[in-house]
Parts: sequence; C-alpha cells; structure tokens
Amino acid sequence: MTVAELAARLNAKVLCGTETALERAVRGVYAGDLLSWVMGRAGAGAAWVTIMSNMNVAAVALLTEVACVVLSEGVAPDEALLARAVREDLALLSTPLPTYDVCWRTREGLTDAAVL
Amino acid sequence: MSDVVKLHYDVDGDNFMAAGEASSTVKNVLKRLGFGEDLVRRAAICLYEGEINMVIHANGGTIDVSVSPQTIEMVLQDQGGGIPDIEQAMQEGFSTASDRVRDLGFGAGMGLPNMRRYADSLEISSEPGQGTRVTMTLNIAPA
Repeated sequence: MTVAELAARLNAKVLCGTETALERAVRGVYAGDLLSWVMGRAGAGAAWVTIMSNMNVAAVALLTEVACVVLSEGVAPDEALLARAVREDLALLSTPLPTYDVCWRTREGLTDAAVL
Repeated sequence: MSDVVKLHYDVDGDNFMAAGEASSTVKNVLKRLGFGEDLVRRAAICLYEGEINMVIHANGGTIDVSVSPQTIEMVLQDQGGGIPDIEQAMQEGFSTASDRVRDLGFGAGMGLPNMRRYADSLEISSEPGQGTRVTMTLNIAPA
C-alpha cells in the first residue's frame, strides 16, 4: 500500500507530500505521542499515527524514516511542522478519525507479508 | 573515503524547534558516505537523543563526530548541571524534564535507554555542576 492509497483508505486530507512522498510504501503502523518512545520503536516504513503537532514530529519522522505521519483525532499541525514537512518532502496526513480507527484501517490495508 | 571524517556542531540551548538539525545533517553525511540504512538510522537516533538532552537539560553543547573505517564515534559535551545519579537516569521512564518540555512530547524517560539500545557502546561521565560528556560508538561491520 502506498501513502496515497492509505490516505484514500482513511479518507484523510493530504496536507503535504509530493508525488514521490505519496508513492512511498507503507509497511506497518505505529501509534505514539512520546517522541523518544516513537524514536526508539517506530519502524522504518511505518505509518506513524500521532496527536503531536509540533515541529519535532518532523525531526522524529525523518530520523526514523517512517513512510508518513498521520495526525489523528482532527489535530492540525503547527505552521512550523507543516513548513518543515514541505521542506523535507514528508507526507503529512490529517483525519478526524480516532487513533485506534486509523491503526485498524491501516492494518486492514496491509497484506500480511508486508507488515513490519 | 579518507581515513577519518570529522564533523563538529554547536547545539543551541533551549531551542526545541531547531533541535535535531545536527542529527539530520550527520545522517545525510553518513548516507552519502555509503553506510547501510540500519547503521545510519541507529546513529541518527543516538545522536538525536543526545542532542535533545543537551537542549532540554544543559543549555546546549557541542557534538563531535569522527568516522573512521572501523567506527562512528559521537562525543557530546555540555556545561550543564550534570547528572547526579547516572544509574537512575538510565532507567526507562525516569525523567526530570519540565512540564513545558513534556507538552512538546519529550520527557518520556527513553532518551538514554534508546542511546544504550542503539549504540554499540555508551559512556557517560558527569559531575554535578561540571557538565556531562557522552561518548557513543557504533561499529562498522566489514563490507
């Protein structure tokens, strides 16, 4: 599943991400808001679901090499986060869905072989 | 690749929004040097945690990275208040971060544990009032 396909599956708004970013493969899903926890545990290629919306989210996403960031529960990104995501071509999605539902729907879109 | 590549960065204190810039730069350099994805990711995570710690706790500091054919060594030096009890600080979940810092998503008490987990060796020397020196080494597997 690509990031674009995930966005469609979640009915999420794509806040930023070029075609290249949206074509990245999603290979898992990880939910968490404590940045060091996410830093240590999120797998490269995962869709990271969070309600954190500050610029440090971009730093963590880039260093862990997650496929995209999904802001759940209707959270809007800070301007600085959006600007950094645009600059680094990090796909940023936003959805009113609760975190649990985002994870559930994401998992449904993954074939077993693709899961991290 | 030349024998040793050396990089130096100054980290601003209390600038949470710029935190992670040194780690991102080092990550890109390591990628360009042709290291494997896993090694680069581990080095970047270790450095980011160290960088954030200096921003949160020590009003900034310096980072020196040396890449030799055998190892990536990262030395973080600060002039902060020091760590009174390193063993306690190494415990998962232990944190002295302020509420303001926690609101930004930090202060989970996972910084040092992540560094221990992803570095091949981690040395911390610290005296209260004398600052802290953290040395992390990652071994480069022979190609």
